[in-house]
Amino acid sequence: MIGEGIESTNQRHHNFVQEKVEVGFFTDPTVCIGCKACEVACKEWNHVPDDGFTWSGNSYDNTGHLGASTWRHVMFLEQDRQKGNQVVGSHSLASGDAEDPFRWIFLSDVCKHCEEAGCLEACPTGAIVRTEVGSVLVQNDVCNGCGYCVVSCPFGVIDRRPSPLPDAGGAFKCTFCYDRQKSGLVPACAKVCPTESIVFGRLDDLRARGAERVQHLKQSGYNDAQLYDPQETSVRGIHAFFLILGEPEAYGLPPKPQIPTIYLKSAWTSAFATAIASIIAALLAFAFFS
Amino acid sequence: MTINSPSEKRLEELREQAWKDGVVAGSGVDVAGGPIPRKPGYYGQAVVRPPVWTWEIPIYFFVGGLCGMSAVIALAAAIFHHLDLARTAMWVAAIGVVLSPLLLILDLGRPHLFINMLRVFKPQSAMSMGAWILIGFGACVVPGLIALELHALHTSTGAMDQFLRIAAGLFIFGSAYFGMLLATYTGVLIGATAIPAWFLHRVLLPIHFGIAGLGSASALLELLGHRIAPLNAIGFFAATVESVLLVWLTIAKHGAADRAIHEHSSGWLIRIGEILSGPLALILRFFGLVPFAAVSFLIGALVSRFGWIAVGKVSGADPESVFAAERY
Repeated sequence: MIGEGIESTNQRHHNFVQEKVEVGFFTDPTVCIGCKACEVACKEWNHVPDDGFTWSGNSYDNTGHLGASTWRHVMFLEQDRQKGNQVVGSHSLASGDAEDPFRWIFLSDVCKHCEEAGCLEACPTGAIVRTEVGSVLVQNDVCNGCGYCVVSCPFGVIDRRPSPLPDAGGAFKCTFCYDRQKSGLVPACAKVCPTESIVFGRLDDLRARGAERVQHLKQSGYNDAQLYDPQETSVRGIHAFFLILGEPEAYGLPPKPQIPTIYLKSAWTSAFATAIASIIAALLAFAFFS
Repeated sequence: MTINSPSEKRLEELREQAWKDGVVAGSGVDVAGGPIPRKPGYYGQAVVRPPVWTWEIPIYFFVGGLCGMSAVIALAAAIFHHLDLARTAMWVAAIGVVLSPLLLILDLGRPHLFINMLRVFKPQSAMSMGAWILIGFGACVVPGLIALELHALHTSTGAMDQFLRIAAGLFIFGSAYFGMLLATYTGVLIGATAIPAWFLHRVLLPIHFGIAGLGSASALLELLGHRIAPLNAIGFFAATVESVLLVWLTIAKHGAADRAIHEHSSGWLIRIGEILSGPLALILRFFGLVPFAAVSFLIGALVSRFGWIAVGKVSGADPESVFAAERY
């Protein structure tokens, strides 16, 4: 835990892969300073190619969104709401109270590594697999770039990498630094996070830590603090979960994400019924009009 | 940098625009209403990813539906002794079964790894099931066509001819079985995704794709010279169902969640496609203008396939459609 000596959880060696322990990320925007070190570390360690520089004008966020060449993405939210007990805004200094509430929130977004993953179920080649630590991994040498995972992810995380970038044509997303984890190392983003806004660890520990943090923040006046970990939907929880202030929609997070396989039953029923009806229609047409 | 350089001029333009309208359009600047962004979600960005598929996929939906249902017509024709029609229908199926994998491979990000589609058999993935259905279809259509042609050309007599007849029958039955699934699974493929306008219509889509396939197959066979009553009856049936689906789509609106079907250019493609293969084909057929009805249906079936992919792109890029769909 934080404050437990010089070595924090993010700096320790571990053998979660060997012990097959489920691990996760807990990302906390209330301590994020928006430095984007996680984005840089992720790109460098994983050799994620440069996908262009564009000025978005959306606060300090020029990364855009998660995609084939963006596996960590720091969001910059500007909201006209109170942040905890802070007194901010252009009028507040003069009048002494918060007449012009304003808050700036940073949150590092990442692949959620769903308990029930849409991309994994959709993949027709078996390129996407579940690892020993419960993360979802795309095997780059197997993926043939069919693009079905792209429309099957309820969070819009995975995408196909366009030409002319290196390794174009395949689907890419966060690997949870599986290569590092096998060697007992913490994922690159968590390792570099200077404020431990990104915490890596055992999933059960992190869930307890998240709940505790929400309690603490609520006591400190952050009334709209909540955990974003949709366990009651068909996704059945995410392994990279977030603490958020306010509604998930503002972070571009779906309020009730569903795994698309829940739609299969009704769609296949309709398909079989149509198939049988077509055969019968064709037979009847020949029987009665010949 | 001189005062007349293009960048300076652009700054002047922006200043003029800002002064007049209070708004500067274009990426990067959003001054209307102050510093707090008012776009839905996170700066109006997509919550789910729109499909990356290009023109090959809607054409594959069209070709796959047409050739799959052509095998169904071949089976019915064979049972009721329309040998010539069965032969043409199997030829259509065979040409389709060559084109379909080519289109699918062309769309892959890494076409040389297409064979990885056959690494696993995965019932929970409609894409995997589709690959296997197409394999099964091809494995029945090609030998079925060869047996049928050898039988029809009277290459052999006696026991051998009898064997060819039975083999052709069995393979045509297999072709029809896989064919009817090939025409309808594409509706499951896009219906069981995270794209709101698609999954909200997951029951309608297989019906639409399947019946559009059946109608296209009979329309093409009519244009190839088989102007017979059973195909006309199938044409009437398909156009009637498509008309009903047009009404269904108009009634079953889900507000912002599936507005891509009713607004934008994607909405127009859907509507034009459905009108051409629904009411217009029905009216033309009613007045006996069979070739015109057939052409109208074929164009409609093709346009609406492009329409549904376009709908996926618009709906996937619209954050409000995802938020609205999750409230249902």
